[in-house]
Amino acid sequence: MSEQRSTVVRGARILGGEPADILIRGGIVEEVGQGLTGDETIDARGLIALPGLVDLHTHLREPGREDAETVETGTRAAALGGYTAVHAMANTDPVADTAGVVEQVWRLGQEAGHCDVRPVGAVTVGLEGERLAELGAMADSAAQVRVFSDDGKCVSDAVLMRRALEYVKAFDGVIAQHAQEPRLTAGAQMNEGAVSGRLGLTGWPAVAEEAIIARDCLLAAHVGSRLHVCHVSTAGSVEIIRWAKSKGWDVTAEVTPHHLLLTDDLVEDSPVGAYNPIYKVNPPLRTRADVEALRLALADGTIDCVATDHAPHPVEDKETEWSAAAMGMIGLETALSVVHEAMVETGLLDWSGVAERMSYAPARIGRLAGHGRPVEAGAPANITLYDASARAGVDPSAFASRSRNTPYEGRTLPGRVVATLLRGRPTVLDGKLV
Amino acid sequence: MKRHLISAADLSRDDALLILDTADELAKISDRSIKKLPTLRGRTVVNLFFEDSTRTRISFEAAAKRLSADVINFSAKGSSVSKGESLKDTALTLEAMGADAVVIRHSASGAPHRLAGWVRGSVVNAGDGTHEHPTQALLDAFTMRRRLGPLDGRKVTIVGDVLHSRVARSNVLLLSTLGAEVTLVAPPTLLPVNVGSWPCEVSYDLDAMLPKSDVVMMLRVQRERMNAAFFPTEREYSRRYGLDRDRVARMHDDAIVMHPGPMNRGMEIAAEVADSPRSTIVEQVANGVTTRMAVLYLLLGGADLGGEIRQ
Repeated sequence: MSEQRSTVVRGARILGGEPADILIRGGIVEEVGQGLTGDETIDARGLIALPGLVDLHTHLREPGREDAETVETGTRAAALGGYTAVHAMANTDPVADTAGVVEQVWRLGQEAGHCDVRPVGAVTVGLEGERLAELGAMADSAAQVRVFSDDGKCVSDAVLMRRALEYVKAFDGVIAQHAQEPRLTAGAQMNEGAVSGRLGLTGWPAVAEEAIIARDCLLAAHVGSRLHVCHVSTAGSVEIIRWAKSKGWDVTAEVTPHHLLLTDDLVEDSPVGAYNPIYKVNPPLRTRADVEALRLALADGTIDCVATDHAPHPVEDKETEWSAAAMGMIGLETALSVVHEAMVETGLLDWSGVAERMSYAPARIGRLAGHGRPVEAGAPANITLYDASARAGVDPSAFASRSRNTPYEGRTLPGRVVATLLRGRPTVLDGKLV
Repeated sequence: MKRHLISAADLSRDDALLILDTADELAKISDRSIKKLPTLRGRTVVNLFFEDSTRTRISFEAAAKRLSADVINFSAKGSSVSKGESLKDTALTLEAMGADAVVIRHSASGAPHRLAGWVRGSVVNAGDGTHEHPTQALLDAFTMRRRLGPLDGRKVTIVGDVLHSRVARSNVLLLSTLGAEVTLVAPPTLLPVNVGSWPCEVSYDLDAMLPKSDVVMMLRVQRERMNAAFFPTEREYSRRYGLDRDRVARMHDDAIVMHPGPMNRGMEIAAEVADSPRSTIVEQVANGVTTRMAVLYLLLGGADLGGEIRQ
C-alpha cells in the first residue's frame, strides 16, 4: 500500500465539523487528522466533506433514448452533482428486464468511469405488469441487481406485487414501487386540486398514490419482505409510511428534491408562463402542505432518503402543449443545492443528516457495498467536497446532462459541488469534470 | 387591456365593460345594409383551429371580415399539423407570415398560453380543452345584459358538466367580475374537487335554484360520460338535471334560458324549452359575431370607434 501515491484533502470540514486533513491511498481513506501530507494535495479549506452521494433513482435513458441522455452524459452529470453511485432505472428501450440488458448498462457505467452505475431491474417483462421478469438472473449477473422496479408504471396487480415481494427475498432484493393506481390516474396531467380545477387539466389525486402505498405496506408485512416506495409526494403517503414503520415493517421511502421545493401552483403562475411543461412530472408537484409534510418526514426519518428521479427529455418533448409533453425533470446537478435550501437552510437537517439521507441510507437500501460509508479511516474514499457559502443562478447551458429540462432555470440556489472523489480518484475538481 | 385574451380572468371589470359597450356600438352596424368597417384594413387575423368547430370559426371569421381584416383560416386537418408538425413550428410559421392576431381553438388546455410565448401578435382563445372559452362568456354576458340590463346582483345558474366545460370556467370568472351571483348545479361527479374555491356557489338541487334564477344556462353533456361512471344513464341525468317544461314553469317570468350549443335536445334541454321565447340560443349566435368584433377591435388597437361608425 505504502508505495502507492497518496492524496491529501486539506482542511475539509467533514460533515460540517472542524477542519481536518484526509489522507487517501489506494482508493481508501488511510487517516483523518491534522498536518497530514501526501504526494498530491486538494485544497479543501472552507469546504464541507460529505460521503459520495448515492442516487437510488436515475434515468440514464440508454439504451433506447440516447437523444435524451446516455450513460456517459448522465454519469458526468452525476459526478458534477457530487454523486459517486447511481441506480439506473429499468424503463429503457429495450427494457432492463434481462441479465443481458442490465449487464450492458453496468458495463457502460464501468467504461464511462464518472461514477458507479448499478442497474435497476424491471419487475415485470417489458414493464407490462403481466409476468415476472427473470429477477434471479439479473441478481446473479455481473450487475448484481438488488433493486427492482417498473418505475414509470405501477405494479398495480396485487398478486403480482405480492409474488415479486416474496420472490426477491431469496437474494435480498427490494421492490421499489412507483405508487400510482392506474384507473384513478387515467389521462392525469397534474395534481388534482384547486389549480387543476381552474386550469382544466385532468387531476392526479393523492389517493391514487396513497392507496397503493397502503396496500403494498400491508403486502410487505404479510409476506415479510422489503418494500421501497419511490418518489413519495403527498402528506397522506407520509402518514401511511409512518404507520407502517411504527409496526416495525421493513418499508423504506424516498423523496425527490423537486417535491421538497416546488408546488403545483407553478403550473398556473410562474416566470416561464402558465402551462409550461417544465413543471410536468410524475408524480406531479403537489401543494405547499404536502411539501411541508415531506420536509418534516425527511427530517424525522419517516422518509429515508432523497432520490433525484433525474428524468431527461429532449427539448421537443417539452416545448409542446401541456398534455402532449413528457413527464419528468432532470435533477442530478442540482439535487444537493435543492436539499441544502429545503432542508439545511430551514434548520431541518444538518450535514450529517444530509449524509445519511443522500449517501448512507440509499446505499443501504440498494445493498451497495463500497458506498455510503462515513469519511473515516478504512472507508472507500468516495467523497464530495461542497462549498456551502456559494450561491449562484442555475444555468442549464452549463449542465453535463444531454437534456435541459430543469425547473430551476433562473432560480438562485445555494452551494456548489467543488470536487467529487470516486475511490480516491477525482472525477470533478474545481467544479469541472476531470 | 392585456395584449392577449386567453382567460376571462385577464379582464378587469373595466375591460369587460369596455368590450360589452363596444359590442353595443358595433351591434348598430349589423342593422345596416353595409355591415363593414375599415378599422382593421391591412391587419391579418389567423384562425388556427386544431379542433373542428365550424360555428366558432365562422363567427370569428365574420367578425374579422366585418372589420376589414385579412383572414387566414388554418385548420389542423389536412395541414402540416396532421403530418406531425408541432404547435411551436406552426406558431413560428404564423409569426413569419406576420399574423397580427391568432385565434386558436385547441383540444389541449393551455395551448393558447403556450402559443402566446411563441408569437408576437395577440392571441385570442377560442376554446382550449377543458379550460376556458372567454369570448363565449363575453357573448353570454352581452346577451344577458341586452335582456336583463346590468348584471350586478343578477342570479345566474349554470347547469351541467362543469368539470369538462370551458364555457363554465370562463362564465364563472367573467360573471363574478361583472357582479353577478353564479351558482353551479351538477351531479357531484361533474364538479371539480376543489370547486369550493371558485367565486360562485354550488348546489346539487336544480329545482331549488330555479325560482331564484334570472338566468339558467344549460351546458352540453356528452352522452359518453356515462361510460366513465359520471352518471348512471341518460334518462337519470335528464330527470335530475335536464331543463324540461315543468321546470321552466318554476322560473320567474323574465328569466331567460341559455345554451352555448351544440345542444343535446331531450338530454340536458327539452326541445320546446330550447325553442321557447325565454331561450336566447339563437341570439347568442348573432351576438357572438358582434362580441368577437369588439374583442378583435380592442386587442388590435382600434382608434375612436364612435368616429368610425358615424362615417
